[in-house]
Amino acid sequence: MFDNFVVPNLLPAAPEIFLAVMALAILMIDLLVKDSRRTVTFVLTQLTLIGCAAIQFATSTGEITYTFSNMFVDDLMSDLLKLFLYMTMVIVMFYSRGYIIDRESMNKGEYYVLALFATLGMMVMISANHFLTIYIGLELLSLSLYAMVAMNRDSVQSTEAAMKYFVLGALASGLLLYGMSMIYGATGTLEITGIAERLYGGGVNKSVMVFGLVFLVAGLAFKLGVVPFHMWIPDVYHGAPTSVTLLISSAPKLAAFAIVMRLLVNGLITMAADWQAMLIILSVLSMAIGNLAAIAQTNLKRMLAYSAISHMGFMLLGIVTGVVSGDARYALNAYSSAMFYVIAYVLMSAGTFGMILLMSRAGFEAEEIEDFKGLNKRSPWFAGIMLMLMFSMAGVPFFIGFFAKFSVLQAVVAAGYMWLAIVAVLFSLIGAFYYLRVVKVMYFDAPADDTPFAAPMDMRILISANGLAVAFLGIFPQVIMSLCAYALLRSL
Amino acid sequence: MSTYPLLSLAIWIPIFAGLVVLSTGGDRNAPLARMLSLIGAVAAFLVTIPLWTGFDIANGGMQFVELKSWIPRFNINYHLGVDGISMLFVVLNAFITIIVVAAGWEVIQTKVAQYNAAFLIMSGLMNGIFTSLDGVLFYVFFEASLIPLYLIIGVWGGPNRVYAAFKFFLYTLFGSLLFLIALMYLFIQSGGSFSILEWHKLPIGLGAQIWLFLAFLIAFAVKVPMWPVHTWLPDAHVEAPTGGSIVLAAIALKLGAYGFLRFSLPILPDASHELSGLIVALSLIAVVYIGFVALVQEDMKKLVAYSSIAHMGFVTLGFFMFSPMGVEGALVQMVSHGFVSGAMFFCIGVMYDRVHSRQIADYGGVVNKMPKFAALFMLFTMANAGLPATSGFVGEFMVILGAVKFNFWVAFAAASSMVIGAAYSLWMYKRVIFGDVANHHVEELSDINMREFAILGILAIATLWMGLYPQPFTEVMHASVNDLLRHVAISKIQ
Repeated sequence: MFDNFVVPNLLPAAPEIFLAVMALAILMIDLLVKDSRRTVTFVLTQLTLIGCAAIQFATSTGEITYTFSNMFVDDLMSDLLKLFLYMTMVIVMFYSRGYIIDRESMNKGEYYVLALFATLGMMVMISANHFLTIYIGLELLSLSLYAMVAMNRDSVQSTEAAMKYFVLGALASGLLLYGMSMIYGATGTLEITGIAERLYGGGVNKSVMVFGLVFLVAGLAFKLGVVPFHMWIPDVYHGAPTSVTLLISSAPKLAAFAIVMRLLVNGLITMAADWQAMLIILSVLSMAIGNLAAIAQTNLKRMLAYSAISHMGFMLLGIVTGVVSGDARYALNAYSSAMFYVIAYVLMSAGTFGMILLMSRAGFEAEEIEDFKGLNKRSPWFAGIMLMLMFSMAGVPFFIGFFAKFSVLQAVVAAGYMWLAIVAVLFSLIGAFYYLRVVKVMYFDAPADDTPFAAPMDMRILISANGLAVAFLGIFPQVIMSLCAYALLRSL
Repeated sequence: MSTYPLLSLAIWIPIFAGLVVLSTGGDRNAPLARMLSLIGAVAAFLVTIPLWTGFDIANGGMQFVELKSWIPRFNINYHLGVDGISMLFVVLNAFITIIVVAAGWEVIQTKVAQYNAAFLIMSGLMNGIFTSLDGVLFYVFFEASLIPLYLIIGVWGGPNRVYAAFKFFLYTLFGSLLFLIALMYLFIQSGGSFSILEWHKLPIGLGAQIWLFLAFLIAFAVKVPMWPVHTWLPDAHVEAPTGGSIVLAAIALKLGAYGFLRFSLPILPDASHELSGLIVALSLIAVVYIGFVALVQEDMKKLVAYSSIAHMGFVTLGFFMFSPMGVEGALVQMVSHGFVSGAMFFCIGVMYDRVHSRQIADYGGVVNKMPKFAALFMLFTMANAGLPATSGFVGEFMVILGAVKFNFWVAFAAASSMVIGAAYSLWMYKRVIFGDVANHHVEELSDINMREFAILGILAIATLWMGLYPQPFTEVMHASVNDLLRHVAISKIQ
């Protein structure tokens, strides 16, 4: 009966397996831990993430390895993205800790376990080479996040945000699945590399493919949160507990970038002209709506939500400029610039939401822009950190945000889309306004509130390191830039 | 030739000093912060002295060159160097920083460490702009220098400071973003180089040159500022604290003009010739029209701000006549304007600190109470009007001489501005300084103290020195300016 059963090569998926086992173990262990001793769960979670990183290092071969009947792929791009994912999750967990301890309904072991499962979902997405794998990873991530958004169950706002997230997320998954089924119908396979081969071979019904592609792009756009599929972003960012917003706004962007690469570049590169045209529209609209709507916000979380929309729109510019009239000469340059952009964005976003968490305390959410009033008086150090983060988001040198924008823009110019580059910088100019406003509130206004920060020391140190990293990597961006380029060179 | 990386030191000493000053923390340690700032500023100035004394005046190329790979991924280099065009600005910048630190010594009592640190960091960044030979390095310094000035205006400025700070930042950012795209275009065209010196040799078609020129023009015109994109400057000046105004007028305005010489003229010679009429026209409007605008100002700072725009009009006019006399005159005018406008803003600051008003109408008869001040203020007003024997005269005279060869009517219009300049400067001086004591505020004025006297005295010496013996300033420029003009005369269209 088991004659045909071959044990697949488990090595490429070793970090995933480790994480799944550990997450289940932590779920059990946590049952035995009292609420006051939750530190145990926290430490185990962090050790698990660090363990994943170690396994990733140990098992990385640098070659493209397929396993589980080609459903799962391990290449340098996935290794690199996963390492940044672990790092981001470690930071997120550190930042969240103080916040959830102060809020009773959230201070449960489930918080950590759900975060670990979300991480697992993202890892599966990053390494997926099959429509089903992508879908499984995506749903594992989404379901964990829905629950996390709703964790603060006494809050009407959070519950509403979770409902919205769930309904719209389900819709997006539906769109994605529908697109996948169309493509399956046209090519007869669910395997991404297989689809690419069929398309090269020719004889695939083009109109069915384009039809499927539209739904696929719509589904991806939902997950990335770009206009016109962005509606959930402001409400969820705003309504979710800040520590969950921090999670949603950072690590999943890495996974979303990965599935865009897997689906569109690995799978459908022969149809680049079609999806690039769609993504250009999404990208320009996102930069426009994101930046313009952010100006009107008074709530910092909402403002950052719109800023996230515009950043994802900017990142897409790197993806749409890979293939120019059938010529893929600039592909590596373009995709690696988008990858660098995502990594830079995740770092900045984590720092910014970290600052909101730092300023919050039991019974007080520092989520209005006004809450940052006079921060320079209260704490010049953290005002300086926030200043760096804001200028970095605005794309002003010497911060990493500048080189993120720089690398994407040069890809756009290299591809000959001059008008797109001009549109992009003009919207960044508009974007600069609302980041400057945060700086203005911190530096030019008098403080309205003199309560000292309640955040623990480890978080203070980490957030300082995060801010300084934004500045340091802005002066020495070479390492990450060339890592991205190298990883993609070996993976495409 | 020195073996020390003098240019790196000139950039990083003030920035490092700024960070040290920041670390002194709150206003408890204000005296320490002031002392450290002064030490940092003086040290930074001292390292720039060998740039001037060790400068080889026969060499028109880059000197004190430093070249290290910075971001190999995009072939971006940490490439520094000065020629006769940029060297004086590095020295001037370091010099003005000392003045600024000294000018805020007693006046700034809140957030002293941050105030001084902002100026020191800004000074380092501006040295970076003047010495960068790599397009991205230039851009990075160019844009990063907005941050400290934004904070200076916004934190220590006047009542309308928030508006002024935003206007300043967004206006200049707008210009520089298009500039960034132009840099990337050149990067692609040159086959992957950001080296400004390589771009000087790069052949470019006329159509592309014109577009690039316009992109550069927006960036630099906003910075200069040229009419009609000058409107941010009066706002920024009026709201900025005295130190901010000094840096803005003495150094920041030079960045745009410097950009024309480093980028527009040598990289795009054909477009520069093609569009020189446009620039000359805009410059003349700045010189004449803005001169009249200055005449009707009631706020002293606004008046000097408009007069700065008019003076910078002379500079751009001088550049686009493509004659050695014109370009050198413009450069002399830039340096001189650094001394004179810095001194003018300091003088206004001296009165503002005592009376807390900048309105001309609130003054009158100041000479009765502040004779020493009145005498020095007189000198700078005269220099602002371009009186012979002051530095203001040399530059304007050279530009007008250059203009006569270029076109008589251009020269005529430019020369008429000397009359207007004299009118607004002297009329303001008359209303503020002479006459009877106007009110009890003026009655209570006390004359300048030692610190203020020292600052004004040094600036007065500089102004007179440049006016009477401009040779040391002009001789370093000759070779570089001649090289530049020879280069600009050769068409790049193939």
